[in-house]
Amino acid sequence: MNLRFDPSNIIVSGVGGQGNILASDLISRALCASGCFVSVGETYGATQRGGSVVSHIRVSTRRIYGPLIPSGLCHMIIGFEPLEVYRILKDCGHDDVWVVMNDRPFYPIDVLKKKSTYPEMDSLLKGIGELSSRVKVIKATDIAFEAGNPQAQNVVMVGAFAGLNWIPLDKSLYFEAIRETFSGERLMVNQRAFEMGFAAAGDDTGVSG
Amino acid sequence: MGRLYYNVNEPGKACILSGNEAVARGALEAGVGVVSSYPGSPSVQIMECLAAVSRERNLYAEWSINEKVALEVAAAGSFSGLRSLCIMKADGLNVAMDFLTTLPLSGIGAGLVLVVSDDPGVHSSVKEEDTRYLAPAAHVPVIEPSNPQEALRMTRWAFEVSEETGLPLMVRLVTRICHARATVVPGKVTQRDAKPLIADDARFITAARFHPVSHRRLDKAKEIFEESAFNHYEGPDEASLAVIASGVSYQYSLEALELLDLERDVGIFQVGTIWPLPEKKVLSVLRRFRTVLFLEEIETFLEDQVRVLASGHMQELSGLRLCGKRSGDVPWVMKSRGMGEMDPDIAIEAIAGFAGRETPGRIASGRFKVSENQEQQLPVRLPSLCAGCPHRASYWAIKKALTLDGRGGFALGDIGCYALGVLPTGYETIRTVHSMGSGVGVAGGLGNLRAMGLRQPVVAVIGDSTFFHAGIPPLINAKTNGSQYLCVILDNETTAMTGHQPHPGSGVTAVGEPAASVPIHEVLKGLDIPFTVADPYMIGETVESILALLRKDGLNVLILRRQCALKAGRRSGGARVYVDEEKCLGDLCGCDRYCSRIFSCPANVWDEEKAKARIDEVICVGCGVCAEICPGGAIIVEKEG
Repeated sequence: MNLRFDPSNIIVSGVGGQGNILASDLISRALCASGCFVSVGETYGATQRGGSVVSHIRVSTRRIYGPLIPSGLCHMIIGFEPLEVYRILKDCGHDDVWVVMNDRPFYPIDVLKKKSTYPEMDSLLKGIGELSSRVKVIKATDIAFEAGNPQAQNVVMVGAFAGLNWIPLDKSLYFEAIRETFSGERLMVNQRAFEMGFAAAGDDTGVSG
Repeated sequence: MGRLYYNVNEPGKACILSGNEAVARGALEAGVGVVSSYPGSPSVQIMECLAAVSRERNLYAEWSINEKVALEVAAAGSFSGLRSLCIMKADGLNVAMDFLTTLPLSGIGAGLVLVVSDDPGVHSSVKEEDTRYLAPAAHVPVIEPSNPQEALRMTRWAFEVSEETGLPLMVRLVTRICHARATVVPGKVTQRDAKPLIADDARFITAARFHPVSHRRLDKAKEIFEESAFNHYEGPDEASLAVIASGVSYQYSLEALELLDLERDVGIFQVGTIWPLPEKKVLSVLRRFRTVLFLEEIETFLEDQVRVLASGHMQELSGLRLCGKRSGDVPWVMKSRGMGEMDPDIAIEAIAGFAGRETPGRIASGRFKVSENQEQQLPVRLPSLCAGCPHRASYWAIKKALTLDGRGGFALGDIGCYALGVLPTGYETIRTVHSMGSGVGVAGGLGNLRAMGLRQPVVAVIGDSTFFHAGIPPLINAKTNGSQYLCVILDNETTAMTGHQPHPGSGVTAVGEPAASVPIHEVLKGLDIPFTVADPYMIGETVESILALLRKDGLNVLILRRQCALKAGRRSGGARVYVDEEKCLGDLCGCDRYCSRIFSCPANVWDEEKAKARIDEVICVGCGVCAEICPGGAIIVEKEG
């Protein structure tokens, strides 16, 4: 496999309940099926209840790496929530980072309580652009609604990541991982969500950098 | 449920397994017959994995009432000749410790492995406890894997070592192993042929005269550990610096050496068998290097063990520098990013410092491009109770009742989702958090101080699973000692925090089969403790109930029963909830965003453009509790079909 970096390091970021683990699970199994060495570190726990959740995915053709990405060596971010993408970039943004993200806010309780304000979306996107070199915005929640379940935005985002082909991987490997994970109606919804995300990656709106 | 890769018997075929799944796989490869546990993060999935295949693999799996009972159940399996596995988090080991310390004296039967998960960086715990320190106290050997692949191999091997030594064996896991997933190449699942039997001459007696026997067993363990390939050295024959690392810190060290291009210049020794320390192997490293750097998680157990060893060889090791957290050369509690948690950055910085190398730029700065609004303060994202969580309604009611009561009453809690009662999401209602059931016990103590002049009402909250684990003895203690307080049982009908495991009140086994249940109210009836049952979603009535109970004498219990919103699933409230934009006066209403600012369910958002309240339909589960607290009556609950 031709990786832009070896190891290539991907961060999946979101809020507890948005389905980070499922997304990183699908991606890591697709990568493993391609014959790469994969490791994933999940940061969840008490934070799964509405806190920030981060998955580190590391893929290499050489060996299995540890579960955490050294700061500064992240190459791709799959973001489910714009504030969380910016939070990560503040610590590890640089010229080699590419971002694909859902721009629908999930308000922290601090914001609901008026203790702080959620940044303006324009300034947030500007900041994200400045701390990375490629940004693709996907209306993943809207797409997931259309696919049949707004919760499936995580699978829409996996589809978009696959569609961008930043890690060259056959689409069928993602489908296989989805088929292994779901059945019945949920399989239909998630296959649809993946396809629609994949297609959304191809359109030219929302790309910068 | 997806494909269960840990159960697929295709030896040699690489797959992705979590550390937890890898341990389950290791146990299956060892032919495990009995598995028991009490749910605790981060190792909760091991039991779930094994329970899911228990019929197919003919093994007995149970969620036990607490960790001590779990270990007794596993020991029973071992006594009867079946390889047995017990799983718990570090906090649970304290509960099981009384029984564990007897096993090296009594001896065991078939292999008995105890998996204990520590939580460096406290991702899902109340404290960072380092299990390794309890191993010497219990006379139980402990080993520690550095990734899922080793977790599989070490678990399988642990059963063999347990049988060879006659000791239970501890496998120490950490969050970054349990919750990591990685490429793993599994071995062969063993078909077990042993049948349970307590032989005529079998005796498992604990007596002080067996103390020397337990030491002989430990000596045997040490011999085995000296020969183990899980302790291994890589690097130059001689150099100025060597790293001694254990657990996931070993993986971070390997990467640090690679990034710093030091693989040929710095030695690295992985200690896989932590205690008893493989002294000969460690000494062979100490003799060859001038400086040794220790990288390990939480406390300084390994560093301390090696310091003790080195102190017995001072002459030949003169000039040797031992550096780690103890010596202040590696940051730890209060100084490092993750408290006792190691990470690749700490490893890189520490090794670079000792090797006299520059830390690679991107890692050193930790910030690589500056954006104009870089310094903008970002809102923190504190954990929050889920939308529709019954605990939110319960805390709202408790807080309101205590305020209305006006005598300075307070609430005490413990561990579980409801520990979020200390945070704004639970209105900072909870004033003490310690260990399982501790709120009930401490409340009992305070409730006995009335005679000495304590006038404030005392409330304890406890979850349903915790009630069975550690809540019953303190309630009986309170009753028989005449304590006065209100115990609120937050009964969401499951063990919610760890992912909905059954408990003794659930009427279902770990395997999912129907079982006898012990309803909480029946326990209270049997104990002759007066109790009331209420639905926390009915906020007004719940406040009234609590107020009345605060003014009642003696020990009282209120069961607030409502299924966990995550378990009940979306639309658990069975209603569509929305804001009537005509009725909501928005920022013009005197309430100052009462729904989002005060009640603060994540679904109660504020529409800045319209300057009015809004319900986020993606998040809302339709419980309708916020409709009751809106002073303008602007939140509409529309019952669905």
